[in-house]
Amino acid sequence: MSITRETVEQAARLARLTVADEDKDRLAGELSAILGFVEQLDEINTDNVEPLTSVVGATARMRKDEVNAGDYPERVLANAPDRVTDFYAVPKVVE
Amino acid sequence: MAQTIKGQTGEWEIVIGMEVHAQVLSESKLFSGASTTFGKAPNHNVALVDAALPGMLPVLNEECVRQAVRSGLGIKAAINLYSVFDRKNYFYADLPQGYQISQLYHPIVGEGELTIDLEEGESRVIGIERIHLEQDAGKSIHDQDPHRSFIDLNRTGVALMEIVSKPDLRGGDEASAYMTKLRSILRYLGTCDGNMEQGSMRADVNVSVRPMGSTELGTRTETKNVNSVRFIRQAVEYEARRQVELLESGGKVVQETRLYDPTKGETRSMRSKEEAHDYRYFPDPDLLPLQLNQDFVDAIAADLPELPDEKRARFEADYGLSNYDAGVLVAEKETGDFFETVAKGRDAKLAANWVMGELFGALNKAGVELANSPVSADALGGLIEAIASDTISGRTAKDVFAIMFETGKSADAIIDEQGLKQISDEGAIETALDEIIAANPAQVEKAKENPKLKGWFVGQVMKATGGQANPGVVNKLINQKLG
Amino acid sequence: MSELNRLTIAQARKGMAEGAFSSVELTQSCVDAMEARADLGAFITPTPEAALEAAAEADRKRAAGDEGALLGIPLGIKDLFCTEGVQTTAASRILEGFKPTYESTVTRNLLRDGAVFLGKLNLDEFAMGSSNTTSYYGNVVNPWQSSDKPNMQLVPGGSSGGSASAVAARLCLGATGTDTGGSIRQPAAFCGITGLKPTYGRCSRWGVVAFASSLDQAGPMARSVEDCGLMLGSMAGYDPMDTTSVDTPVPDYTAELGAGVKGLKIGIPQEYRVDGMPEEIEKLWMETAERLRAEGAEIVEISLPHTHAALPAYYIVAPAEASSNLARYDGVRYGFRSDAPEGLPEFSSLEEMYATTRGEGFGPEVQRRIMIGAYVLSAGFYDAYYNKARRVRTLIAQDFSRAFEQVDAILTPTTPSPAFGITEEPTGVEMYMNDVFTVPASMAGIPGISVPVGMSKDGLPLGVQLLGKPFEEVGLLRVAQAVETAADFTAAPQLMA
Repeated sequence: MSITRETVEQAARLARLTVADEDKDRLAGELSAILGFVEQLDEINTDNVEPLTSVVGATARMRKDEVNAGDYPERVLANAPDRVTDFYAVPKVVE
Repeated sequence: MAQTIKGQTGEWEIVIGMEVHAQVLSESKLFSGASTTFGKAPNHNVALVDAALPGMLPVLNEECVRQAVRSGLGIKAAINLYSVFDRKNYFYADLPQGYQISQLYHPIVGEGELTIDLEEGESRVIGIERIHLEQDAGKSIHDQDPHRSFIDLNRTGVALMEIVSKPDLRGGDEASAYMTKLRSILRYLGTCDGNMEQGSMRADVNVSVRPMGSTELGTRTETKNVNSVRFIRQAVEYEARRQVELLESGGKVVQETRLYDPTKGETRSMRSKEEAHDYRYFPDPDLLPLQLNQDFVDAIAADLPELPDEKRARFEADYGLSNYDAGVLVAEKETGDFFETVAKGRDAKLAANWVMGELFGALNKAGVELANSPVSADALGGLIEAIASDTISGRTAKDVFAIMFETGKSADAIIDEQGLKQISDEGAIETALDEIIAANPAQVEKAKENPKLKGWFVGQVMKATGGQANPGVVNKLINQKLG
Repeated sequence: MSELNRLTIAQARKGMAEGAFSSVELTQSCVDAMEARADLGAFITPTPEAALEAAAEADRKRAAGDEGALLGIPLGIKDLFCTEGVQTTAASRILEGFKPTYESTVTRNLLRDGAVFLGKLNLDEFAMGSSNTTSYYGNVVNPWQSSDKPNMQLVPGGSSGGSASAVAARLCLGATGTDTGGSIRQPAAFCGITGLKPTYGRCSRWGVVAFASSLDQAGPMARSVEDCGLMLGSMAGYDPMDTTSVDTPVPDYTAELGAGVKGLKIGIPQEYRVDGMPEEIEKLWMETAERLRAEGAEIVEISLPHTHAALPAYYIVAPAEASSNLARYDGVRYGFRSDAPEGLPEFSSLEEMYATTRGEGFGPEVQRRIMIGAYVLSAGFYDAYYNKARRVRTLIAQDFSRAFEQVDAILTPTTPSPAFGITEEPTGVEMYMNDVFTVPASMAGIPGISVPVGMSKDGLPLGVQLLGKPFEEVGLLRVAQAVETAADFTAAPQLMA
């Protein structure tokens, strides 16, 4: 599958990445090359093969319902680029 | 009867499916050890993983799994011993990971059902598609600053059950009855507190309409986050009418997300600038598949409480209550329990009447929850005993109840203090009556001609006994003596 | 300058235990080496003062009778491990200035055993790369130089390029690495050191900046097989905070060292003879097999039929997981946030802030992989790409389990070439071919170790890779040490401190 400029724009939008206009064609080429490479897999017969969910062959372990974290806003907010009291602050969200 | 809409072109059927988000009752969050307590200071109920700090990993809370299974059993659903957590990828300020952990492909609970109770004793069985576990999001606060939004992650990662119904509901009344019943069941199970004002339960309501008799589904809209039973009904009714009007005027329903505005009583489109979401679901590689064993499920099943439908049937059978009364009493677990305490070893019908009549009336008027009732179940039982033993009359009982409600004192104490114990001793009443008859020969003559005037003698006896004479005995004696 | 920095961990342990030198002296020697070879660009954040304090503390503990397994041993930490109070960048601008308020489980385990941290080592941005040229904090230089072009700077491999370069140049005695598709083994081979990727689930991922969660695994990089075993013993272990870590006891990884390979069966997979592989690599591979045969091992030709599918499947799985794992870097809670557009006081929307921050905060390779990942997961493509790749993983894992019914370990080359020049770096898919021999084991989750065994015609180190059964690192290290002993690799890099 060949990736177009539009597909690059769509993927960039999905991934929230600003891509400069002049880079879009180059990226389309690069992404097409990668996809072309991975599409070799089409030749492999995977009928009746289950997808691998875990290389360790294990299933989920659960924890007890105990409160043993939180109540440490400073540990959570220490690296905030912008904060107001104990809130993170971001540019206005328009709903 | 299912609600329909009579349009200009004919009758339309309303088709509704609901996705209810119910907050799981647990101490800590679905994947972190932070508390789920409501109303804490911002970002205090936040573990490192909730803030999606680099390298942090989710660890599944066993109790949340148990609660989901319990809820599934409560709606007679198939429990999937194998389930998988998927990532739902999208960006939002209050979604720190950039994805919500949910269960798309393999939910923990499969198909089940729930019986909704409609007016006039009607009921219908509504299919449930699935229940899956997922994370709640945080909160953005927009009104504190002109240029910035504030983010509080206290809710982030709290466990939610998403309970998805089949498109089996046929009107606003059914949709609200569904929510009421689901809430009741979850509260009985103790898996959700059902507190809709705090957002513990909210519904996404999918509505479409189709010409009566059609079997195809129309295009649906999804009205998000409706947080009261009344609003659900209003939203459905508004939305269905809007769609019918649109279709009848040659328009088309657009599949979209809408919001219900309770102040205006209407739904409106959440016009998003973005194109359709592409959530890029895939199994969360940080979480291995969840494999439960049957013993785990069986242990929960063995421990399941009596649910409202069973309790209602038992109230009818054991206490001889009407279907309606039983329904009212079981709607809330607390009410049913309260009633049973009152009724135990006493006249059950009388108990039901007092609980639903005087008590509910007084609570309503005072704006007090049953849990905080100044009259306890035992106290109300005491009053009912006093009535049943003819210690006081029904009339006096109402006065006693009013004092009980106000003071919290027991019925016996009030009866004693105020000397309200009624006189049922025929001899004493007869003596009083005889004296009145002897003193009022003219009245006796009149009453013999016109039996309606016997009431005057009742009043006189009550006066003479300080209102404590048993009215039944008084009437009986008057009838004997005055023919 | 003392040359204590050139000791192996085992030698340093012995020396300190015997009182021949202190951790402070050893650490000072490493600190001096770091300063002398700062031009290698191996460290993003050196922490010499903290290291010397930790060394002094280690000496005090030793005096008090403590005998921690790594007491006083100076190590470098790949800057993908979160370290409390010390900047952790993942070599990305987007985490510039980020100081974790927590310590990763692996580094906490090392600290528990007395290790001294010299600082945070450079890597490819978010561990995405095979040459350490994608770091926001500059390239890392391989301390080895080609006899053919002695003035050319060579790549150390990647993504654990800073770790490999620092260990090879004797700036530290060992270093932590992480391996997603070969990020420990490939740079170890390029720099002539030993690097072990343990079984997936052996070391906790808690506190390690995630690249591809189903593949990422921390491991040791050092100058001997024994040192790798010593470090793994400290790093490994079940962690209730990482439910993909496996609850199985941590053995003494040095227990079988020296036991030789007599009677063991070593598999040679025919599929690893790829077109265009330099003859010298094939030759060294076969020589290594011969040496093992001479030591009493049985060499068995085996087949891993889905080998060729591993790399394309990897380039679906890893970007897909990465695109999701890296969504959290949005400028809201930590790290870099872009300034508002020029001339404007603020961003017009949150969307704009996200996209600008991420567009400026991530480098080109990371952005490429995020976009590929978003694309292969997007509606309609999920089954064709991601699920297909997961099915292929099952086939790859089955190949290995079948092979391990026949053999005790598998011997392959680590890389299809020696280190190349920073300016000669291949691009795109060609670059990905660097990982062609290391990726299959990553996809199957099995352990692999690269051991230096010889030199290319231009005087650059070459390594072979040994693959083992899941959680049987003890046996794998035993075979690796036999290879090490037989190869007797003693060459040292030109840019060594």
